[in-house]
Amino acid sequence: MADAPIVEVRGLKKTFMVSHAGGTSPLNALDDVNFDVMPGETLGLVGESGSGKSTAGRILVGLIPATAGTVSLFGRRITGRDGAAALRAVRSRLQFVFQDPYAALNPRMRVGSSVAEPLEIAGKLSRRDRSDRVAELFELVGLPKISTDRYPHEFSGGQRQRIVIARSLALNPDFIVCDEPVSALDVSMQAQIVNLLMDLQQRLGLTYLFIAHDLAVVRMISTRVAVMYAGSIVETAPKKDIYAQPQHPYTKALLDAVPRPDPAFVRAPVISGEVPSLLDPPKGCRFHPRCPLVMDRCRTEVPRLAASGTERQVACHLFAERN
Amino acid sequence: MAAAPLLAIRDLTVQFRVDAGWVTAVEGVSIDIGEGDCVGVVGESGSGKSVTALSILRLHDRATTRIPNGSIVFKGQDLLKSSKRSLRGIRGGEIAMIFQDPMSSLNPVLTVSEQISETIQQHQKMSGTAARQRAVELLDLVRIPDARRRADDYPHRLSGGMRQRVMVAMAIACRPRLLIADEPTTALDVTIQAQILELLRELRQELGMSVMLISHDLGVIAEFAQSVVVMYAGRVVEQAPVAQLFRRPVHPYTVGLMAAVPKLDGDATRLSAIPGRIPGPQEDIPGCRFAPRCGFALNSCLQAPPPTELVGELHTVRCPPQVLALGDVNG
Repeated sequence: MADAPIVEVRGLKKTFMVSHAGGTSPLNALDDVNFDVMPGETLGLVGESGSGKSTAGRILVGLIPATAGTVSLFGRRITGRDGAAALRAVRSRLQFVFQDPYAALNPRMRVGSSVAEPLEIAGKLSRRDRSDRVAELFELVGLPKISTDRYPHEFSGGQRQRIVIARSLALNPDFIVCDEPVSALDVSMQAQIVNLLMDLQQRLGLTYLFIAHDLAVVRMISTRVAVMYAGSIVETAPKKDIYAQPQHPYTKALLDAVPRPDPAFVRAPVISGEVPSLLDPPKGCRFHPRCPLVMDRCRTEVPRLAASGTERQVACHLFAERN
Repeated sequence: MAAAPLLAIRDLTVQFRVDAGWVTAVEGVSIDIGEGDCVGVVGESGSGKSVTALSILRLHDRATTRIPNGSIVFKGQDLLKSSKRSLRGIRGGEIAMIFQDPMSSLNPVLTVSEQISETIQQHQKMSGTAARQRAVELLDLVRIPDARRRADDYPHRLSGGMRQRVMVAMAIACRPRLLIADEPTTALDVTIQAQILELLRELRQELGMSVMLISHDLGVIAEFAQSVVVMYAGRVVEQAPVAQLFRRPVHPYTVGLMAAVPKLDGDATRLSAIPGRIPGPQEDIPGCRFAPRCGFALNSCLQAPPPTELVGELHTVRCPPQVLALGDVNG
């Protein structure tokens, strides 16, 4: 049981119907996505806009339904028939932290009440125990206990994100989906929150799915990294491998594009083109129009995510051929 | 070096009206931008970097903003004392500006070529067909594929990266001497950001214009700027040539900011965070505004803002020498 994944995603698809002048068209936001999250680890899910990373996170916690494929949490399938009941059974063990700490807190509620709300709904604690628990949670995330009586506008962005994290911890979850939790914060605040998330993981044995567009932040916090492009995972690998030796040409391009705080650094040439429209994606590999190593096969045949080495998977014909 | 800079901001102070009176968003800022220079201004939220940039073209709301102090001299003319009419001639003409969000800077009901033509015709006598032709050339210049066809598109048809290219085309339409780019790539994906930075770099060389690049991202600054101005809570704290600044940052805030940036290499297991938070403009801090967060702060730092010290060639810092020595030991 120790090695059973907390999250198992298999063949996950999500299609949104998009209306436009000529009617409606299907938009395949996720196409055959597979990944696991193991207990105690942080899986970093990275990609640019439209890669599907947030859609995947939302399906995982049951905020939106999947179109096809399965998602299992703590060994229970939350998609398909009986999925709703399974989700209810595991609901208190999972949580979500959103990007925008301004939108995530009710501006007219004292922050202590916001943090107490999940406890109230769960209804397990007396009023007095609840306020003790709130004080404990504030201390856990590094906020002064006396600030529970204040309103969200009295806090900075970084402090608000601490409050949101305190609330997410109220019911002792095992697994938290963090969707761009530090993207809206300044660099000096971002560092505080990333450190806090890592400390909490250590102390409470949490498992994270950490969704972000910033490869450097993901590198700091993740155990393994999955890179998404236009609705599919193109590469997953342990952190040390993916940054030192990216295999998929997109992973490499993404790493090369990050500006380095070093004026002496000479960057590799920038890849051309843009992320394709998911309403009319390219045939074959979705990255092929931008890929510097494109082959004939890439234009027609979709590469599947396949093992490349023991701990690593790549969806690229270049690597399929070598294996 | 001896010639007067293209743009000289001196002792600029900008205040905003709030319920309780006036708050100071920018205080005593001085920045020089020479002919052909690329100056990066870096800082976090509330540092005053955008407020400073907007002051150059007087783009603040006059009813709620005042500039009690300072001068902004462009080619011998103080823009803070210029008439509305002469400012109109400079905006989009000799000084152009691009912003973070290209969608809100473009008019959704005009085609791309219509809005570029509008800029051209505002500053030059040119027929409609000639202006359209010039707009297509500009779209070509900013590497928009199939420019002739794209010229008739409305902004919503374009991706974020393409919209920012259109903004750049519009900005360079009248061959400005100075381009102010305020977080031009912040809203873009990282691969698109790299493309736009490369485009700006190429255009800067082709057109020989000066650039003032404002960014919160030290990576973007390191890659693009020749000299750097670091701002914190409305004041300049350090200025230096880019190589010097990144090799030997001196101000404790600059040192802290650089350490807080997560890296793509190295084996640190924690980020180095700056404790505390950035003060708002309404907070009255008598001394150095970074002192409450500074590990090296002296008593004197809490009482009055430290003077500017010269610590190397073209390298200035607003921090007392005793603290600088401490920084050296640790740096």
